[in-house]
Amino acid sequence: MSADFQLAEGSLDALFAAMTAAGRRIVGPRASDGRVEIGEVRSAGELARDGRHSVASAKVAAFPRVEKILSYRAEGRELAVEDPALPARPTVLFGLTPCEARGFGALSAILNWGTPDRFFNARLEQTTVVAIACTRSDEACFCTAVGGGPDHPGGSDLLLHPLTGGGYEVEVLTEKGRALVALAADRFQPPEGTARTAPAQVEAGFQMAEVTAKLPRRFDEPIWTEQSLRCLGCGACAYVCPTCACFDIQDEADARGGVRLRCWDSCAFRIFTLHASGHNPREKQGERWRQRLYHKFSYMPERLGVLGCVGCGKCSRACPVDMDLKEHLTEIAKGS
Amino acid sequence: MAGATVRATEAPVPVAAQANVFRPYRMRIAQATDEAPGVRTFRLEFVDPGEGAAFSFRTGQFGLYSAFGAGESTFCIASPPTRQGYIECTFREMGRVTSALADCEVGDLIGFRGPYGNTFPIDHWKGKSLLFVAGGIALPPLRSVIWNCLDLRDLFRDVTVVYGARTVNDLVYKRELSEWGERKDMKLLVTVDPGGETPDWKGKIGFVPHVVEALAPPSENTVAVVCGPPIMIKLTLPVLSGLGFEKDAIYTTLENRMKCGLGKCGRCNTGRSYVCKDGPVYTLSELEELPAEY
Repeated sequence: MSADFQLAEGSLDALFAAMTAAGRRIVGPRASDGRVEIGEVRSAGELARDGRHSVASAKVAAFPRVEKILSYRAEGRELAVEDPALPARPTVLFGLTPCEARGFGALSAILNWGTPDRFFNARLEQTTVVAIACTRSDEACFCTAVGGGPDHPGGSDLLLHPLTGGGYEVEVLTEKGRALVALAADRFQPPEGTARTAPAQVEAGFQMAEVTAKLPRRFDEPIWTEQSLRCLGCGACAYVCPTCACFDIQDEADARGGVRLRCWDSCAFRIFTLHASGHNPREKQGERWRQRLYHKFSYMPERLGVLGCVGCGKCSRACPVDMDLKEHLTEIAKGS
Repeated sequence: MAGATVRATEAPVPVAAQANVFRPYRMRIAQATDEAPGVRTFRLEFVDPGEGAAFSFRTGQFGLYSAFGAGESTFCIASPPTRQGYIECTFREMGRVTSALADCEVGDLIGFRGPYGNTFPIDHWKGKSLLFVAGGIALPPLRSVIWNCLDLRDLFRDVTVVYGARTVNDLVYKRELSEWGERKDMKLLVTVDPGGETPDWKGKIGFVPHVVEALAPPSENTVAVVCGPPIMIKLTLPVLSGLGFEKDAIYTTLENRMKCGLGKCGRCNTGRSYVCKDGPVYTLSELEELPAEY
């Protein structure tokens, strides 16, 4: 909570210029056709800072939609196999919500379980996360129920607290954050004790402990079918989620060679678990919805020690049929 | 329940030194055998002898086999670890990858990642009798453990194999079946579904669960390993229970769809268990703790 520096509103452009000059790619929330999307941001003015959440998550920085995990080349009847080069471009994720920043912890727990995931780790190592504390929330938000909060420092290298008169107080949380400050050291001034804008009030309306306690005994109840009756199985929830890491592996090749690709996938899809024989362990959409919830709120906490959710509400905002995760978790918590 | 709870920790090695866990070994097809319509067995040898020398696995483990350009498919290692210098896999031509693999010939290169998953705990089976029950294309995972135990035959008491397929033509490993049938140190019962027999068929006619019931193998100090289509497993388990087999003495393997084999891609997750890490081998009592999502 304490501030290390103060950053004037007018210093943001200089900071952006310094980051760019140092070879950093800057990615963050920016307005796009009336929505907020995560994309490359060239100046502070391009940054969406009106408190709206981006539609999709910033996880693409460390876990792209599609990435090469292998390449191969045919040489007659022989075959050469190569590891793709590790990504080397340093990236600053600037202006993320603190919930998004926390998402990288859950992603890392999944992708590094048992064996390190060099592709994810290389990208994350090159990524510096600068979050801005939320001063606005909406009805989909429930970060406070899953261990986070509108000004939670988890996952951030720098955390910016908006000040009432403009500008930010800056919390330096990691060495990476310190290195970023050093790029424009003269812009980071000692804090003057200016009043911070009050963090957003996020009313979750349920206790996560109630959810995790009740899930194991509610598995066979009709609630999963009821909640998902209108689910289209489109997978939008997984694609916008900061912590969804399920993936597919596919080849793209011609006669001379090809690449093996890791692509985002979703447990909402029927084919996700479909056996070659035609048998499907999760044939019904209700079973797939149940898997989504149990994976995030029961299996991950038990096996990986982390929740698979940061309460950002992106899934609820993106859902074309208005399924609302907060509402569904509240219903689960209220049950017997 | 297999597999302890693991807390994720920071990667211990620098990123640049972390191995590409998706990189397969290059394997050369040394032998290809047509087992049944659409079913082939490959014997695979490591292209890089160093990789082959460093490779080891235990019976029950599986891997991801790739036809470069088509993708990867998950099969068990169908040969036993007691036979070194190669691994074997048996697969049915079903989709894009298995069709591309089926098109490969001796001398071609394919990919293999593994070994993954847990193993049949044969060290704990010493001094016990072994009953193997398999149906159709599910003999390959049992073939590894059957040969493993036959290669260490002195360690076990009676060895019995019951194997069934829909038709005579669908039986896999026909040459090995006749070899097993001639052995004096094991009992083999091969059966085909009614109507699946040929005029000169000398084996049993009937469904696997009925054959097991009629055989009535003693359960005392005996381990049963059951692998087959879900309906065969479903109907065989009550027969075994009726014969007195305890749930901890009955083993099976789950064959959930997989992509990574490493506990990351999410699709084999069933209850708290990840089939690729905690399985594919489960006892019946472990299986009963899981939701029936397999």
